[in-house]
Order: sequence, then C-alpha cells, then structure tokens
Amino acid sequence: MEFRFFYHFGNFLLMLKGMFSRPENMKLYWKQFMQQCVDIGVGSFGIVFIISLFMGGVTTLQTAYQLVSPIIPRSTIAQVVRDTIILEFAPTLTSIVLAGVIGSKIASELGNMRISEQIDALEIMGINTKGYLIMPKILAATLMIPVLVAIAGFLGIWGGKEAGVLSGVLSGEQFMMGLRQEFKAYNVFFAMAKSYTFGFIIASVSAYYGYNVQGGALEIGKASTTAVVVSCVLILFMDYALTAILL
Amino acid sequence: MIELKDITKGFGDKEILKGVSAVMESGKVNLIIGASGSGKTVMMKCIVGLMEVDTGTILYDNQDFTAMDHHAKKEVRQQIGMLFQGSALFDSMTVEQNVMFPLEMFSKDTLKEKKKRVEECLERVQLKDAAKKFPAEISGGMKKRVGIARAIVLNPKYLFCDEPNSGLDPQTSLLIDQLIKELTTEYNITTVINTHDMNTVMESGDHIVYMYQGQKQWEGSNKEIVFSKDQKLNDFIFASEFLREAKEMRQLDMFKDNKWKDQLVEQLKRDSQK
Repeated sequence: MEFRFFYHFGNFLLMLKGMFSRPENMKLYWKQFMQQCVDIGVGSFGIVFIISLFMGGVTTLQTAYQLVSPIIPRSTIAQVVRDTIILEFAPTLTSIVLAGVIGSKIASELGNMRISEQIDALEIMGINTKGYLIMPKILAATLMIPVLVAIAGFLGIWGGKEAGVLSGVLSGEQFMMGLRQEFKAYNVFFAMAKSYTFGFIIASVSAYYGYNVQGGALEIGKASTTAVVVSCVLILFMDYALTAILL
Repeated sequence: MIELKDITKGFGDKEILKGVSAVMESGKVNLIIGASGSGKTVMMKCIVGLMEVDTGTILYDNQDFTAMDHHAKKEVRQQIGMLFQGSALFDSMTVEQNVMFPLEMFSKDTLKEKKKRVEECLERVQLKDAAKKFPAEISGGMKKRVGIARAIVLNPKYLFCDEPNSGLDPQTSLLIDQLIKELTTEYNITTVINTHDMNTVMESGDHIVYMYQGQKQWEGSNKEIVFSKDQKLNDFIFASEFLREAKEMRQLDMFKDNKWKDQLVEQLKRDSQK
C-alpha cells in the first residue's frame, strides 16, 4: 500500500517536472490555456450557480432553526451564513463539486487521447505533451476555480438572503446589517488560499490519472472515478491542514 | 536511412526484442512483418523513441538516436511523420486543422503559405472536399488518408506507418499502399511500415524484415520472398491454400524474367526432393 503511494507520488512529481520546458510555440500554448479557461470557467458556471444559491438558502434556514434564543439578534443569522459560506462552503463544497465536473472531464479527455494514440502522435511530432496538454489545464484550473469560488461566495450569500426574506426568517435590512458585522477580510484571503490549492489538486490529480491510462474504455472510466475520489480526499485533507495552519 | 544495431527490449522478465539488427533504406518502403506478439509494434515504438531500448543503437542517418538528449531527440522527431493504426486524429479539430497542426506548431511560414501547403497535402490524398469535416464525420479510409496528409505536411525524412490497412476494405487498402509508395519515391522518404497485410507485402515491400519471437527471422524484398526457403516465413506468409496457389502463379510470372529463373529452378528441385 505504502509502496503504491510512493510510486504514484513519485510519478506525479515527475509529471509536474516534465511540464516545464520551453514551449515549441507560445501562441498555441496560450490558445490552449485560454480554451481551458473557457472550458473550466464558463463550462462549470451553471452548476456553481445552482449549488451556491441552494447552499446559501439552506444555510440560512438551518441557522435560523438552530438560533432560537430571543437574546440573539436575527442579524446574527446573516453573520453565521456569511462566515460559513466564505470559510467553508464556497471553497470546499464548490471544489468538491468541481472535482466531479472538471476532474472527470480532464481525466477522461486525456485518457481518451492516450488510448486513441493522440498523445503518442503529439509526442512523435516532437511536442512536450505534458507541457502542452497538462500545464494549461493546471494553470487554467488554478486561475478559474478561485474565480468560481468567489462567485459561489457571492451567490451563496445572496441565496441565503433571498431564502431568509422569502421564508420570513429575517428581513433584508437585518440580513445586510448582519453581513457587515465583524467582517474579517482575512477570511476571504483564507478562502482564496484554499481555492488555489484545491484548483491545483483537481487539475493535476485528474491529469495524472488521465495521462497514465493504460487499456481501453473501461480503464478510462476507472481513471475518471479514481481521479475524482483521490481529488476529493485530498481536498478534504488539505481543507483540514490549511484550516489548522491558517486559522 | 535508419540503422538498427543489435537492439533489445524487455518488460520485466519478458524479453520482447532479442538483438535485432536491420537497415531501413531511404526511398524504399521497408516492411516489418510477423505474427501478433512477435515484437513488431515494440520495435517500431523503439525506433520512433516512444520506448527506450535496453541495449543496442538506432542510427538516423548515422546519428545515434539512442544516445541523444531530449532536445536533440525532439529535433529528429520533427523530421518524422507517423500514421497510426487508429489514425490518431484530434477529435476536436476539423480535417484541415488536423493537417495544419504540425505547421502551426513548428513552421514560421505565413498563414497563407500554411493554408496552401495544407491544401496541397489534402489534394495529394484526394481529400480536399472533406477539409471542413470532423474526424467523426469521415470513414476509416478517409481518416487514414488524413493521417497520411498530417504525417507528410512538414516534408518528413522518415515516415512510419503502424498497420495502415487494418480495418479497411481491399480496394481502400490498395489505395493507401499506392499512396504511401508514391510518396516514398516522390520525396525519397525512409518509410517503415508495420503490417499484417499480405497484399502490402507483395505489392509494396521493397525491403521486408520478418520478425519471429522477438528476433529477425528473415530479410529480403517482395521478389525474394517468393523464393524464400524459410519454413517459418512461408507458413506465415502463405498460410492459406489460396495464397500458396498465388505464390506459384507469381513464381511462374517471374520465370519469364531470367533474373529469377535460377531461383525458381532451385525451388522446384527442393520441392521435388520433399
């Protein structure tokens, strides 16, 4: 078991090292990077929009359900919702969902390219396939996932407000007041630090499993599943580690 | 010219290539033939550098490919064109973009010049009308031809084809064989084909290497193969009754050519002794 871990970890590091070489054509690498930004950013916006709204709404209702004491002002609900969403739900929950959406896409795309010999074709042409195929995906994910997390944060809080107002738990003014109470900008930095880390994990782990697929269609499916599972576990592990270190 | 000197390759305890030496000449269609598991594909992957050999050397025009660093290997690879068994076309690109890709990556030509070159290549493989189609919209034979167009777009010195006829009907196979043969002589390319197709062997094989259990069992031309005494080769090439009859007919045809007369007489003597 430990040996398998070290084998994969060593190979993973070698893959990362192999990405760094002088691009054969900077223009095509840039085009590839922009394409990945669109695929990851725009392609995942829909799911992020939906989960963020409901995540905020549910948080508001559940917080209100638990804060029943008459001595706690209603605006505290907004404060709790804000911090829960910024500190945990927007970066971690969104990243877990994105690991499924983006991670499986990256792993299956690269796996299919490997099986259909497209990666070999690029290699024969004299192209550094790790640099051309993997690096743009990692850079795009590291750039776009924090953007999606930021959007998820805004949408989550907005969803929380709407759910609170619609259910009559608290008024819009109470929610806005609660949002401004004891706001710490450091929490946003913490959320962004987590999202950069999670973005890197999702893209690099998925690329590793996809790039090294051997076999056929069945193995592409297995690689896809493994990529998502390993990404999720690493996200949760890093979530705990970063929380312990940074908070 | 590509020269293999005593190359070996193994995976774990299993030795796949057991000291193979051969010379692939330029301007000729060089075939690697052999039964499944004989080491053909591993040999081709070693030649193009997709796999590292364990021992031995591979020389590209007297340059030791096996001793080159990553950068030097990349330069040699830019002179290599390869047609893959499954064509290996990029799914997300049109036929035109597939052929254009190597030019976009490596050529410093203007866009107009690149487009002209792509048009020339597509015309050469008779696929100008399919330029805007995606790989999923064209047939297997067309995919192979796009693969050939992509392989020759940078005017390669070496062309590798992995089973170019697999999954194709006999007529399309013939078309692909003719195209590869014409391109080889036209541009004086060193072409190496890995094949099972007996039609390719008899029609295009200027130089044939027969692999048997990881070793070079026989080497010669498509003319010489008809007179080969090698039992393993004969069992492999002329496996069916139909092919054995075709072999005899070919021998009779070649009898008219005095150059092959002696070899045929020798063959007949040997057969009568049996």
